[in-house]
Amino acid sequence: MLSWKELKPGIVVTDPGSASSYKTGDWRSNKPIRDSSKCIKCGLCYLYCPDGAVELNENGNYETNYFYCKGCGICAKECSRTVITMIEEEE
Amino acid sequence: MSKRIGLEGSFAVSEAVRMAGVDVVSAYPITPQTHIVERLSEMVADAEMDAEFICVESEHSAMSACVGASAVGARVFTCTAGQGLELMHEVMYIPSSMRLPVVAVIANRALSSPLSVWGDHSDAMAIRDIGWIQIFAENVQQAYDLTLCAFRIAEDKDSLFPTMVHIDGFHLSHVIEPIVLPDQEQVDKFIPELNHPYALNPEKPVSMGCYGPPYIYTEAKKAQIVDFEASRKIITQAFKEFEEIFGRSYAPVETYKTEDAEVLFLTMGSFAETAMLAIDKMRGEGKKVGLVRLRLWRPFPFEEIRDAIKGSKLLVVLDRCVSFGSGGPVVAEMRSAFYRETEKPDIVSFVGGLGGRDITIEQYEYMISRGQEISEKGSDEEFEMIGVRE
Repeated sequence: MLSWKELKPGIVVTDPGSASSYKTGDWRSNKPIRDSSKCIKCGLCYLYCPDGAVELNENGNYETNYFYCKGCGICAKECSRTVITMIEEEE
Repeated sequence: MSKRIGLEGSFAVSEAVRMAGVDVVSAYPITPQTHIVERLSEMVADAEMDAEFICVESEHSAMSACVGASAVGARVFTCTAGQGLELMHEVMYIPSSMRLPVVAVIANRALSSPLSVWGDHSDAMAIRDIGWIQIFAENVQQAYDLTLCAFRIAEDKDSLFPTMVHIDGFHLSHVIEPIVLPDQEQVDKFIPELNHPYALNPEKPVSMGCYGPPYIYTEAKKAQIVDFEASRKIITQAFKEFEEIFGRSYAPVETYKTEDAEVLFLTMGSFAETAMLAIDKMRGEGKKVGLVRLRLWRPFPFEEIRDAIKGSKLLVVLDRCVSFGSGGPVVAEMRSAFYRETEKPDIVSFVGGLGGRDITIEQYEYMISRGQEISEKGSDEEFEMIGVRE
């Protein structure tokens, strides 16, 4: 964590895109879990995710990036094949 | 060669803004500030100054436009008064915490209701805590001089704090006084080119006004507090440089006939001019009285005020604003400045000069003698109002 002495005037941020290092996943109280065997790869979860937290992995499957996922549940609601279920975060 | 001419207070401010070489003016007209914004728009339209004049629909937008313009490194000016300042209030915290050196002149005006376009310090006191450097002028020459100083102070690379000059509505904005206008070369020497180290620039990208969660907000405020404290030195340095170039001297606290004075009177802004006449009269009668004029309001000059008042027995403070349910905002600072001192004057508080009401020489004399009476016999009231009909 930065000391006040390390801040630039007006707390200006000189490192572009630094918001990407902010773990919005900490906000989550419900976690999306996928059953990829049901997935038809329609991409609706990817399109609807308001945080861009759905990614395609090297196998061509959609998965959730839990560093950013806030657990809003939109992906689970929009999925037409009930691939995604929301479970309570336990930690 | 500098020249001596008669100029209305508002036009003097506009002239200072023109000569300071502003890039952007964004302001919305409101009495008694209107002549400043009218004159500036005229100068921009007539190409007397090379600046953008951004027409806006409100003071809230005026300050927002100033924030944007200042963020790209432009020299920026706005002005307002009274209710307009209140509408601007919300946005004014942004340039001070984002360190954007906007300069503003406020033609101080009472707040509604009843509707009043006339002067007092209610508008200034309502925005006391916005984190701007705030200076009070007491005549037209000072309105001009301190507007130049505001640019020099705000834009210092170690300051970058927005700076505001308060001029009393009508008493300064609408009076014509003889003033000395300097040469452009002198002004250019005093106010160097603005070079904001973190201005928006596609080749050196920065993010401004970022989100500050609890883990960083306190550190951001600590840094702001420390830097704002450090601006005291920049302010006195700017006044020193001003004196070297223009020959007129200013200080955070200025005094008048205070040597050997037992009773001191303190006021801010144009009322000091009448108060000086009262001091002259009372000195002529052999009374040991003096006047203290608070030039710098924020950051509050604690050291300087203690030095100026040291040795006196009584300090009478006139506030031109009231904090309902408390008292005068200026006297509260005075009492706080002396709380821990072992040797301190008694402090007596008056509130008056509200909504354009004048205070006469006789009323200053009365406040001083009534102050002595209160100091000796005590009073049930925290403050007394001067000039109110019973």
